[in-house]
Amino acid sequence: MTDAVATRLKKRHAAEARFRLYGRMAIVVALSFLVLLLGRIGLQGYSTFTTNTVSLPVYLDPARIDRADLEGSNYDYVVALSLLKMMGETEDEFGTASDDAMELVSRDLGFQILDQIKANPALIGKTITVTGPVKADADLYYKGELKRSTDEADRKLNDRQLAWLDRIKTSGAVTSGFNVAFFTNADSTEPEQAGILGAVIGSAMMLLVTALIAVPMGVMAAVWLEEFAPKNRWTDLIEVNINNLAAVPSIVYGLLGLAVFVNGFGAPRGAALTGGMVLALMALPTVIIATRSALKAVPPSIREAAWGVGASRTQTVFHHVLPQAMPGVMTGTILSLAHALGETAPLLMIGMIAFNPGLPESFTSSASVLPVQVFIWETASERAFHERTAAAIIVLLVFMIAMNAAAVILRRRFERRW
Amino acid sequence: MTVLIALALLVVFSGGAYLLGRRRAVALAGGRSASLHSLPGYHGTWVALWAGVPAALIIIIFAVFGARIEDAALRAEVPAAVAQLSDERQEVFWSDAGAMARGEAQSEITYEGELKTAFDAKAAEGRRIGVIGLVSVLALSGVLALCGVLLAFPRLSRDFRARNRVEGWTGILLIACSTLAVLTTLGIVMSLAWESFRFFQSVPPLDFLLGTSWDPQIAMRSDQVAAVGAFGAVPLFAGTFLIMLIAMAVAAPIGLYSAIYLSEYAGPATRSIVKPLLEILAGVPTVVYGFFAALTVGPTFRAFFNWIGGFLVGGPMDRLGQYLETVQNQMALTAGVVMGIMLIPFVSSLSDDILNAVPQSLRDGSYAMGATKSETVKKVILPAALPGVAGALMLAVSRAIGETMIVTMAAGLQAKLTANPLDTVTTVTVQIVTLLTGDQEFDSPKTLAAFGLGLTLFVVTLVLNIAALAIVRKYREQYD
Repeated sequence: MTDAVATRLKKRHAAEARFRLYGRMAIVVALSFLVLLLGRIGLQGYSTFTTNTVSLPVYLDPARIDRADLEGSNYDYVVALSLLKMMGETEDEFGTASDDAMELVSRDLGFQILDQIKANPALIGKTITVTGPVKADADLYYKGELKRSTDEADRKLNDRQLAWLDRIKTSGAVTSGFNVAFFTNADSTEPEQAGILGAVIGSAMMLLVTALIAVPMGVMAAVWLEEFAPKNRWTDLIEVNINNLAAVPSIVYGLLGLAVFVNGFGAPRGAALTGGMVLALMALPTVIIATRSALKAVPPSIREAAWGVGASRTQTVFHHVLPQAMPGVMTGTILSLAHALGETAPLLMIGMIAFNPGLPESFTSSASVLPVQVFIWETASERAFHERTAAAIIVLLVFMIAMNAAAVILRRRFERRW
Repeated sequence: MTVLIALALLVVFSGGAYLLGRRRAVALAGGRSASLHSLPGYHGTWVALWAGVPAALIIIIFAVFGARIEDAALRAEVPAAVAQLSDERQEVFWSDAGAMARGEAQSEITYEGELKTAFDAKAAEGRRIGVIGLVSVLALSGVLALCGVLLAFPRLSRDFRARNRVEGWTGILLIACSTLAVLTTLGIVMSLAWESFRFFQSVPPLDFLLGTSWDPQIAMRSDQVAAVGAFGAVPLFAGTFLIMLIAMAVAAPIGLYSAIYLSEYAGPATRSIVKPLLEILAGVPTVVYGFFAALTVGPTFRAFFNWIGGFLVGGPMDRLGQYLETVQNQMALTAGVVMGIMLIPFVSSLSDDILNAVPQSLRDGSYAMGATKSETVKKVILPAALPGVAGALMLAVSRAIGETMIVTMAAGLQAKLTANPLDTVTTVTVQIVTLLTGDQEFDSPKTLAAFGLGLTLFVVTLVLNIAALAIVRKYREQYD
């Protein structure tokens, strides 16, 4: 081997090693993006799953509660006064002390008192104990995310409020526990009371509509195209059409839904039914494509055997071919439904962006869904909403991962190789 | 609700018809089932179909269009007191009268005097029309269901080809489902084209496609200054293009290199771990990427550029430094990079398929000539796979152009004609969302402009997709 060859070989091997390194780097970079994305959201969101609740003895001062107009009284103020009293502070003449105190505990306490008094007006003048969440900013302070070291002007709570929070904590009135309210409440303007139950139910209703429309129609369309359709220009057109529909941007489906369903047929804006119909149109091409490939995988011998014993074409397909293809169909369907679950843009187009403080009442009433809830909370200005956004994303991802895992298990368990 | 009950009743009725038909067929067979042309179940199904389907169609059509027809009937005759009102007030009157008739919540307007009498009269008429409509549709569907059974039942006989008939119905249903896909496309094209046509009546198409100023502010009152707003979409196209370029600069090399590594170098163990992980990245909803871009990537980039700017200020590149210190969270770079991350698994899995489609004989030939693996990839496999890879990249470009949530949350709203990735830009999709999520009249040029943008978006992505799919398909067939 001459020197020239040896040097060239060395160079070529170095180039080989470099190329392989680039490939490795690309994979590492892609996977580190995944870790960064999930890790960041996990870190931001996990703290929402615990919360701090406070138990306060509240003196229901008859001077401050109007028996004739229970709804009109300011119970937040009553709670604030009791809080001040508990800490041995007094109200000043401008009311700043009670204002500061009001910023520490949730308005939920006031609503609880109103409910209790409505049920039993004899409570007025007595002292009752109510338990509820602390305000979101106070919660952030207890969790160490709002720091005393930040300049007083730059944080939501002033030094006096922080000192009070410390005193309440040492008095044992505050307990930290699992944030049940986040899973049992609907959306709210107050971060500490905002939950995702409304959005989860809305998502489930919408997904149900999508599945009921897209799955039977998609499967039947695929059966016709794969098993019955003659090969001609018309069916070619349908095929090209379906492949292209699968790649149309989702926002265009939203425009279609707005123009045809909402403005054309008068479907209710922002309802689970309308959203489900739009997503069904979007999911249809993927269901068709998945079903067709599952049908293709069934070997011709199955069909021939059925014909051989006298089954008609329809009987062959529905009694033999389709059941054999079912695992593949289910897998493809679940994957496309999981995709529909995470879709946001078309739903914004049909007006599913309203603030919904309650659970969705019916399929035709205004509803929120998880991804849109994420979008709405992300644009909110309060810091506490950002933590809740991340937590809502975690819930959304859990649902999606569960669906994907179900698809993988189905594929592993039932898929047959012929 | 009534409609659902009616449909449920119809299902029960059809079930009864099925049993009836089946029993009849069994009776006809007289114990020798082989004497029947079709199995008894098919006879039953055929009778049930005639009982249920026509009636169900009527009920469904009523459910979809009934409200509109009733509304039109209610408005057919306009009371004199209402005719004097302005158009918007008339609209409120009609919707209130309809709501009153249906027992729903109305607007807060109270009607007095003549209007009150007209309102009460119309509300009563609305109730009457509603009852008439419902009763007549229910009666019609009931008659249809009965007629269906009465006509179908006597035709059952031993030689009756019930199975073929039922299969004919099945075939029609299957074809109807397949045409739904075509109808969807037609619906997209028609609705976009129609609304865009109305938009282009107020804004000339050339001004829209070539204008360089985008400022869709429609005045609240028509006598206000600048009542028309500017609808030149070039800044939006430029912003979309800029973000797409950044995204592809991230996604193309990383996606391609990971595809090459996975298909040529990695062992089965690595593949079985890395591929599902990449699939997770592909399955993350775009709103999550948007959240990540807006709250993590944006602030990080901003801090980074401000930090660099801090070094440059006062030095020879003082102006650049000062600029970098003013960089904001919302910039093209943030949206582009995050979109690039989103596209990595898309590019990588498509390219992986295409690289795997290159036949092994080409590789073996190259190795036999003494080429290293990287030389084989660069000089043999990639050239052979180039059209396919180009198709995959085009599909990725089409995804990048149509992507909405990431840019809505991270790119910004200011329409600027700039090539600076640190500047805030806006895209076609962002503007569609902004124009349509506000509260405005549906017919204003502002909302119609969204359909103009949607049509442009649809046409561009469609052309890209058709070209890409054609290339990919042609390429796959080459080695089959």
